[in-house]
Amino acid sequence: MQVTMTVNGETQSHDVEARMLLVYYLREVLGLTGTNVGCDTTSCGACTVLLNGESVKSCTMLAAQADGEEITTIEGMASSEGVLHPIQEAFREHHGLQCGYCTPGMVMAVASFLKEHPDPTEAEVREGLEGNLCRCTGYHNIVQATLAAARAGALAP
Amino acid sequence: MSTTVADGPAAGVVGTRMRRREDPALLSGEARYVHDLVVPGALHMAVVRSPYAHARVTSVDLSGALASPGVAAAFSGAELAGEWSSPMPCAWPVTADMQAPSHLPVAVDEVCYVGDAVAAVVASSQAEAQDAAAAVAVAYEELPAAVDLEDAASDRVLAHSGLISNRAYTWELVPDADAVERAFAEAAVTVRERYVQQRLIPAAMEPRGVCVVPQPFGGEYVVYSATQIPHILRTMLGITAGVPEERIRVVAPSVGGGFGSKLDVYAEELLCLALARRLRKPVRWSEERSEAAQATIHGRGQVQEIELAADPHGRVLAVRVRLLADMGAYMQLVTPGVPLLGAFLYHGVYDVPAYAFTCTGVFTNKTPTDAYRGAGRPEATYAIERAIDAVARKIGADPQEVRRRNFIPADKFPYSSVAGLVFDSGNYEAALDAALELVGYEELREAQARRREEGATRLLGIGLSSYVEMCGLAPSRVLASLNYVAGGWEAATVRMLPTGKVQVVTGASPHGQGHVTSWSMIVADKLGVSPEDVEVLHSDTAVSPLGLDTYGSRSLSVGGTAIALAADRLIDKARLLAAHRLEVAPEDLELSAGQFSVQGSPSSAIGLGALAFEAFTAHDLPEGMEPNLEASATYDPTNFTFPFGTHVAVVEVDTETGKVDLVRYAAVDDCGNQINPLIVDGQVHGGIAQGVAQALFEEAVYDDEGNLLTTTFTDYLVPAASELPSFSLGRTVTPSPSNPMGVKGIGEAGTIAATPAVVNAVVDALSHLGVEEIAMPVTPERVWRSIGASAPGTGGGR
Repeated sequence: MQVTMTVNGETQSHDVEARMLLVYYLREVLGLTGTNVGCDTTSCGACTVLLNGESVKSCTMLAAQADGEEITTIEGMASSEGVLHPIQEAFREHHGLQCGYCTPGMVMAVASFLKEHPDPTEAEVREGLEGNLCRCTGYHNIVQATLAAARAGALAP
Repeated sequence: MSTTVADGPAAGVVGTRMRRREDPALLSGEARYVHDLVVPGALHMAVVRSPYAHARVTSVDLSGALASPGVAAAFSGAELAGEWSSPMPCAWPVTADMQAPSHLPVAVDEVCYVGDAVAAVVASSQAEAQDAAAAVAVAYEELPAAVDLEDAASDRVLAHSGLISNRAYTWELVPDADAVERAFAEAAVTVRERYVQQRLIPAAMEPRGVCVVPQPFGGEYVVYSATQIPHILRTMLGITAGVPEERIRVVAPSVGGGFGSKLDVYAEELLCLALARRLRKPVRWSEERSEAAQATIHGRGQVQEIELAADPHGRVLAVRVRLLADMGAYMQLVTPGVPLLGAFLYHGVYDVPAYAFTCTGVFTNKTPTDAYRGAGRPEATYAIERAIDAVARKIGADPQEVRRRNFIPADKFPYSSVAGLVFDSGNYEAALDAALELVGYEELREAQARRREEGATRLLGIGLSSYVEMCGLAPSRVLASLNYVAGGWEAATVRMLPTGKVQVVTGASPHGQGHVTSWSMIVADKLGVSPEDVEVLHSDTAVSPLGLDTYGSRSLSVGGTAIALAADRLIDKARLLAAHRLEVAPEDLELSAGQFSVQGSPSSAIGLGALAFEAFTAHDLPEGMEPNLEASATYDPTNFTFPFGTHVAVVEVDTETGKVDLVRYAAVDDCGNQINPLIVDGQVHGGIAQGVAQALFEEAVYDDEGNLLTTTFTDYLVPAASELPSFSLGRTVTPSPSNPMGVKGIGEAGTIAATPAVVNAVVDALSHLGVEEIAMPVTPERVWRSIGASAPGTGGGR
């Protein structure tokens, strides 16, 4: 079936299998491999992208369900000149990543969270990110990075 | 060795909190994990796995799979048996008489755990391969399964039909049995504790993945794998699949965490290689999460009995330990040796004169166990730190005071332990003091007493864990004495390029630890260049042919030392060239910030960058000097390193629901000198989270038939941000005398320390109600039941 959507500002249109998940459309059809797959049960959040500016887990959504919608992936966060988004910069500044596998999904989740909670408490950050698992950082520095990004006024693009 | 309470010295970049060089690629989505590689024409593999814990395979019908869309081939274990030159490797036969069943990548006639491979299918897409795998019809004749560890040890049911006993080995460390007997006979106080180390699923966020690409014209293979051990994997793939080692190149691209679970040689790696060889096409496999739960190794899995003999003041006179260790169904790469990495540490940080340790490794019909973050040391630390609290309860003393009475004193280092190790350096009391101050111990004890007096239903518990661990694996001679088949050295090369830039080649293989950052900091200070000018090459056997990879908190103290030594050798050569150019004796030169200058005549100088160009052009070198500035070193450590510290967990326990909230956590660690304290912090944070996870959340649960019930993140509770607090970190610095940089490891310390701190805190909250033990993970139900069982009428119940 034919799907058409805007991904990182560009219109994409492809014929895909009806059962194709959004994450595999992004990864395999569009070659946007920054979005990772970490589980099969919508638990880990590694595949988080923005759907019309709100975070969704792209492993739990068919590509067909995104037809006509606007998707932002991690590749769409830095500027076209390669300048990191303030959230990405905050993750680097605060050592909010180690192996990096959960990071793209975590950054997208933070982008969506900060849009709704521009001035969050630590407890709100921890609750807000509970859908994204990280095995390396113990979350401490992810929380610090998120609070710092909020202070810097980093809203989603 | 002196101890200072501060971050390490910071002349140059070493010791600073430099931001990681790895991060931009990881943050922008440009990093490539094995699943991201684009390989035209690759076939996707799916593995058919046993749904039975123990069964005879009576037939494998592949016809349905072969008729499935997109399928290129399908094979049973019997059809693949000819692909293997030897069974799957175990590198650590811990005793001469160790029993180990033959382990093939695909079972032929008997499956021994749920998840054991029985067939493999390749198709043009992953979805087609999985569809076809579901169409393979395997007939099984179910056999009784040995599931429970202690039941398996009784040999009531054998885990393999070819075994005469499930007991794989018994390994003992009893330096003086009479001394132990005497101590227990004469002791005023004894405690005898039994702890269960539940099985854990490592759960790196990146599942495993492999892609094997045959090269044109030569029977050569590039193996891309999400592995911690590209070098060991190359050798083992060669031996097991019968491919000459030099025809295999292993590349570990970005690897999304390991924690020991990617320190192994797996069936799927061998299968992709064998199928690529057979079909002459690239073959790839990406593990699914539920598959990872079954087919990637588990950690822990022990039943521990620990006895302490003590005097009336709680001074420990002897430690006696008996372990049963769950091997699972087969020996993986280092399965049998994991408990032995803890064997020397069951007296912990305490100056104990008598010691006896026995471990029996037992086969069960469950996923094989192997190294998981800490590997043997978390288990040992848990046992002694729980037991020392039991001693404190028994004599009515504060647990911090009992620890203090028993610490190996700072002036006894290097300390020869009763178990035969030499602890390099330590100051345990300084770390304890710092941790108690950091957490506000006295105030917490007062608050705890207040809540008890008020009859509060949210009780406060404070748990201590003072740990020491042995890491920096490992001196090769020591490994030989433990029957490990390889060495413990690490290799490095440092070379200067014509423009003065630097290349570092390391045998360590990072998967989140930030080696590129730390290695470039070490070399930058040595050579007086910017870290940005240092290129670090790793994790590809074609560019880094020699190495023993990353595990056991070894990369800095062994691999980093090799780099420092190689840089020193490069400088030695550069000094000779500088002396030649400046027409002085080499010993008259001093090196500072990358410049050789003549002592007393600083205007006469030449930089390493200029020397690199001179060495490259080779137009005017001293007689007999070879062109280029390049040096290699292979470092075999003379000892382990022994990081230590004290962690304090503070919990609130709701006596009405049994819920435990970890409300505060303070950790003071000592890993010697630090290259990058920012990275050290990150390792400690993540380590604590994994240790807390064992204490409160995680367990690989099997039913009586041997079915794994926790195969997804909805059943297996990897903690999220909402379940953890922020951590307060402190550090003391006691350099290791064993290596030139004075460093120790920090990758596993947090995990080793955290688990007993948290469980001690929960027991501490409830100790006045008579609670002494709650099995891990300490779930609300278990807490609630333990309250009811210990003190009926005070809350909880059965």
